[in-house]
Amino acid sequence: MDPMEEIRETFFQECNEQLGELETGLLHMQAETQSADTVNAVFRAVHSIKGGAGIFGLDGLVRFAHAFETTLDSVRCGRMVSTPTVMLTLLRAADVLADLVHAARENTIFSEEQTSGLIGELTKLNQESAESSLQFATIVNAPAPTLAPSHAHNWQITFCPHPELYAKANEPALLLRDLRRLGEVEVMLNASRLPELHQIDPDGAYLSWTIILKSECDEASVRDVFEFVEGDCDLSIIAMPVSTDMPDEPPAFFEGFEFFPSNPIEPVPILPTNEKLEITAKLDNSVAKQDSATTATIRVDLERVDRMIDLVGELVINEAMLSQRVLEAGIVRASGVAVALEELENLTREIQDSVMAIRAQPVRSVFQRMPRLVREVAAQTGKQVRLLTEGESTEVDKTVIERISDPLTHMIRNAIDHGLETPEVRRASGKPAEGTVRLAALHRSGRIVVEVADDGAGINRNRVKAKALENGLINADATLTDDEIDNLIFMPGFSTASAVTDISGRGVGMDVVRRSVQALGGRISISSKPGIGSTFTLSLPLTLAVLDGMVVTAATHTLIVPLGAILETLQPRANDVHPLDSKVRVLSLRGGYVPMVDVALALGYRSEAIEPTRSVALLVECEGGSQAVLLFDTIQSQRQVVIKSLEANYQAVPGIAAATVMGDGRVALILDVDSIVSTSRAESPRIESMRAVVTLMEAS
Amino acid sequence: MSQAFAPDVKARELIAFRIGQQEFCINIMAVREIRGWTVATALPHSPDYLRGVINLRGAVLPIIDLAIRLGLPSSEPTARNVIIVAQIGQQQIGLLVDAVSDILTLNEEHIQPTPDVASDLVKTFVRGLLPVEGRMISLLALDHVLPDHELEAA
Repeated sequence: MDPMEEIRETFFQECNEQLGELETGLLHMQAETQSADTVNAVFRAVHSIKGGAGIFGLDGLVRFAHAFETTLDSVRCGRMVSTPTVMLTLLRAADVLADLVHAARENTIFSEEQTSGLIGELTKLNQESAESSLQFATIVNAPAPTLAPSHAHNWQITFCPHPELYAKANEPALLLRDLRRLGEVEVMLNASRLPELHQIDPDGAYLSWTIILKSECDEASVRDVFEFVEGDCDLSIIAMPVSTDMPDEPPAFFEGFEFFPSNPIEPVPILPTNEKLEITAKLDNSVAKQDSATTATIRVDLERVDRMIDLVGELVINEAMLSQRVLEAGIVRASGVAVALEELENLTREIQDSVMAIRAQPVRSVFQRMPRLVREVAAQTGKQVRLLTEGESTEVDKTVIERISDPLTHMIRNAIDHGLETPEVRRASGKPAEGTVRLAALHRSGRIVVEVADDGAGINRNRVKAKALENGLINADATLTDDEIDNLIFMPGFSTASAVTDISGRGVGMDVVRRSVQALGGRISISSKPGIGSTFTLSLPLTLAVLDGMVVTAATHTLIVPLGAILETLQPRANDVHPLDSKVRVLSLRGGYVPMVDVALALGYRSEAIEPTRSVALLVECEGGSQAVLLFDTIQSQRQVVIKSLEANYQAVPGIAAATVMGDGRVALILDVDSIVSTSRAESPRIESMRAVVTLMEAS
Repeated sequence: MSQAFAPDVKARELIAFRIGQQEFCINIMAVREIRGWTVATALPHSPDYLRGVINLRGAVLPIIDLAIRLGLPSSEPTARNVIIVAQIGQQQIGLLVDAVSDILTLNEEHIQPTPDVASDLVKTFVRGLLPVEGRMISLLALDHVLPDHELEAA
């Protein structure tokens, strides 16, 4: 990549992070939990974007960021009170800023109208706010990102040239003049080592200087002045506490000059580093605090991480192969080899977890985008919406995060557009005019669960049913449970919006949401209560790279069943097995009846169904919470497997989710539980009639 | 050597292999490696010519039995059989053949068109015929061996 392009790319990546912080900060401010830190963080975000944009000549962005920053500065300095109106303008400004950044990244032109309007508003806010807008405008125009004046130090520099310095034609006077450019200097010459004239070596070096520099620059820039003479002089640079009466009263340090006026003074040794650090730490107290709050991070190319994950995957396979060889060699379990191997296994697993953790990111990055969406959709629909987010720091694999953004966006649109009522309707039914949409993420049994809940009217089941009938999705005589009606909204080609709105009626229905969630190995379900609201629940795997699975045998083939889907293992008894027709059998289980699927038969590994009593059964949960029993020949073990895509070199196979490599180096297939159950269901008589039979049997 | 790569002659290198009594060849640039047969894991609901998948250093590699794919008599593979790992677009596949026989260098104009009398199956895969030292070698087009490509073509 062109280096400039690369820097540009980094800039935009950073912009996105800054925009995220900006949004979070503004929301905190809105929630009136603001502190000086929050306002500073918000200001810093806008300022950084402006700075970067200036480098890349993105004038429009700079202009807008400047106006925005100016307003924020007024808030920061307490000249402007962050009233709700001010906050709304600031939030809208943040949205526009995000748009501008996006437009700059895509090299598209962003309409000036929108920005200039908001710039006007921001300026107006400013003028209203305070008398000293002029003064602070100059502050804002200052190029250096010197936000905290506490950075200002007094530097005490002791500079003692060696003869080599002069031999290399360096001139101390020039260096001292350079120092003066950094700030106010006070130079003291120490000529005490100067010998009598007749003793002078013309090539010798006898003079040293002590300089007090009052400047906001950091140590590095002081050191830069002496860059070319380093090694040819004794140099010490010490930060000193700032005190206003400093120039009048030299610190105790200088007393030495008076104390030993006639003795040659040794160049001031560079202080032990830890001592120096202590001084700077004291000075930079405020800065240090911030640093500890934001943990140190590094930017790593994702490809490198993925390469490492692949390698660790290989390590896991190799480790498994080794275990198998050891087992084959007949080494006893208590032997040193077996114990060491077990340690290796634990270690491998830990390495794998750690590597996976690198890819894990908090869902915050997705959640952060939602407040804006809510504002936009609320404005379009004329509804009042409050968005509550919970569990933003829940971590999940980066790919999962990237891929849940679209489904979540759609679900939130839906929740506002279809779920929430208009303020009038809400008031009429005794609810607050402002509707609430709750977006929450949490870890639950090795998966991440994301909930989108609204406190709207709930699903209008009559309308859903009518719509489904109209679209030919169900038969007129079908009797459906409430749950089944709710789940109709996930059917392809279903949309309840009677008028196609700009918001959710884009031909993208909940079926697309469900499909994209399923593609991630996730599930989606809905629960709805009339008048109280609906909750959509997404359950997703934490990572797309490994899976805990049960290794089973179907006919002669080894298969992996994802552990997440398994509820329990069973040994069917003959009198619990009931044939429903020639093909389908159900198992009576704690008073209910669960359909049984012979996996080997479903996958075409054998032509005759296995006798359920001679098989092992796994009770699995399918999407939508329904249950099924899968029959296998034997269970081999339970282990973590590395997921390998079948699509990469081949194509998707019905009933199979992915593949993995086993300890013996052979490929084993990972079962797609939902797909295998639903295909065998499709082949069997319609679910309607089956439930009718089951109900009859239960009644008898 | 340098002549073989000279741009003005449309020379190319081909790898020739045997299936039963017949010889076929493919462009050597498509070949990633050649390895021995290992037992493949069968995929459910797959066409008969798909022997299954094997583990190629961590990647899942589908194995096409070229004999069945080309409508030739096939037998259970043994350790003597050879898998040619070939790159087709973004995908890698393994081609199960009897043995690799030769590496040929020849010019584009040596390729003779497939006779019209050939069956549809042959016409789908055979791009042309090459006379080499009295033998006849069929030049295969790899882009049609995978089932999804077949679907697209249909």
